[in-house]
Amino acid sequence: MFKDLFGKPKYVTVRTRTKQEKEDISPDSRLWTKCNSCNQIIFNKKLVENLLVCPECNYHFRISAKDRLAITIDEDSFQEFGQEIFSTDPLEFPDYKEKLATARARTGLDEAIIIGEAAINGYQVVIGVMDFNFMGGSMGSVVGEKVTLAIERSIETRKPLILITTAGGARMQEGMIALMQMAKTSAAVKRLDDAGILYISIMTDPTSGGVTASFASLADIIIAEKGALIAFAGPRVIQQTINTSLPEGFQRAEFLLEHGMVDMVLSRHEIKDTLTRILKIHQVGVSNYD
Amino acid sequence: MTNNILDFEKPLLELSAKIKELQSFMDEKGLDLSEELMKLKERAAKLQREIYASLNTMQIIQIARHPNRPTARDYINYIFDEFIELHGDRKFSDDKALIGGIGLIDNQPFTFLGHQKGKTTKENLSRNFGMAHPEGYRKALRLMKDAEKFKRPILSLINTPGAYPGIGAEERGQAEAIAKNLMEMSALKVPVIVVVTGEGGSGGALGIGLGDRIMMLEYSYYSVSTPEACAAILWKDVEKAAEAAEALKITAKALKGLGIIDRIIKEPVGGAHQNPEEATMLLKKAVLEEYASLSKLSPDELINQRYMKYRNLGVYNNDWNDVLEGEILKEEVE
Ligand SMILES: [Zn+2]
Repeated sequence: MFKDLFGKPKYVTVRTRTKQEKEDISPDSRLWTKCNSCNQIIFNKKLVENLLVCPECNYHFRISAKDRLAITIDEDSFQEFGQEIFSTDPLEFPDYKEKLATARARTGLDEAIIIGEAAINGYQVVIGVMDFNFMGGSMGSVVGEKVTLAIERSIETRKPLILITTAGGARMQEGMIALMQMAKTSAAVKRLDDAGILYISIMTDPTSGGVTASFASLADIIIAEKGALIAFAGPRVIQQTINTSLPEGFQRAEFLLEHGMVDMVLSRHEIKDTLTRILKIHQVGVSNYD
Repeated sequence: MTNNILDFEKPLLELSAKIKELQSFMDEKGLDLSEELMKLKERAAKLQREIYASLNTMQIIQIARHPNRPTARDYINYIFDEFIELHGDRKFSDDKALIGGIGLIDNQPFTFLGHQKGKTTKENLSRNFGMAHPEGYRKALRLMKDAEKFKRPILSLINTPGAYPGIGAEERGQAEAIAKNLMEMSALKVPVIVVVTGEGGSGGALGIGLGDRIMMLEYSYYSVSTPEACAAILWKDVEKAAEAAEALKITAKALKGLGIIDRIIKEPVGGAHQNPEEATMLLKKAVLEEYASLSKLSPDELINQRYMKYRNLGVYNNDWNDVLEGEILKEEVE
């Protein structure tokens, strides 16, 4: 089922490559990956079979939007909409156009989110998935517009909305236009809420800044993927501000659960099934009070 | 007022000292040097015009961050005939960095919200430098809901470096608090008038900043990130803050041009800190003018206009080729 998307050896080698990791990668990297957490060498085939979760230590590797879709929705059910919307460079910000082109080439996506209609074990939904590889999943005009279009499609079709986030925050290169996408998307969520439509937010590693402080935190049900960093201000900024060390597990999914900020923490393997059950409960419930 | 003089203010202050000196010399000796005096005054006025016409963004930020710049409290004192501060979010605590209350401006009830900075170090510590915790945003929301109940318009004054990045703030849901405010403010049934009076620091500013009219004082700034942080993140070089400041387009003038704000409120010559009373009166006038036009709208019209204002915010294109007119990029794509 993941053959098309997940099977690409290209992806596993492309994902979350930090400078350190780049050095770690040997010519054999098409065959195996070193776990970021336990440092075990894992064969890519095995890693892919395990949804890019380390079989040794359960570390969740970051995954692309396309792969996320593949493991979340029913095969061949994705009907993308909102294509043909592209970031421009309204501030003429240094290197922005070049960065957009690089991101586009690297991810095969037009922007840091793809939206569409899909089915999850037969339940019809509107879904949006972000990709951290596209400029750190930052929210500029296009991400803001696509999130809003997804919300509007949900209202129009009365299909539940699922947004899966991974984001570094507002896109600096679009300045205040990017910041205002927080207001735009939150206002749209208000309309969705008023329309009485289910909205599930799934926060994955990492979700921070303006995305956390807008639509991602406004869902009826918030799911955090195991181990995900979920924050308003990033740990480095906080460390610099307060000048003391941060508590163990600070800003991780489990920490947010403990502090009442998310409904549940799920491992990657549990997400589709849990979504299905939530959708089932809501579908049964709706007609009772109409 | 001898403290806190900005570099570009120095030549002006020197000149005005000279003027004073000449004046007292005249008075002392009983001489008539009014022609010289006039010339000096003209020179000072010209110099002032020149300096303030060519301020760069970093200089504007300096004015916006000036310790003597009027704070929320100053605006309250000058423009409200009657004011009662209300405290607490009813959940955890009272945030002194974001204050609120109810009052009368020219006999019109208003609910007031504003970040509160201090003028002295001691005061700033107690106000957390105007950086609010989730409790501040939740207090603001409580007061806004209250405003809606009593059909009072809301005046929100922004002046913060940003929402506080700390452990407690994260534990108690800084992101959720801001997000919730944005969601609720988009549908308030009463007019919301927002003015950035000093620093408009990112999400911490926006958290009380979604409204029907967004105005900025002439020498305030409003930015997705501080220029320092932007330079550090994008170019790994804090020294490039000035460059980032220009690139981010954060001045009132630039943001009016981009359609992010609706109106620029003039400041007294030399900036609001030179004449707080005049500054507050200029703000009051603008607020009442905007309120006069908003008060003509029904709640539905108000909410729809506000929604569309934000719905339409964004700049994008429908053709990738229009966006990228470079060959450089095609190479990268190969
Ligand atoms: Zn591992």
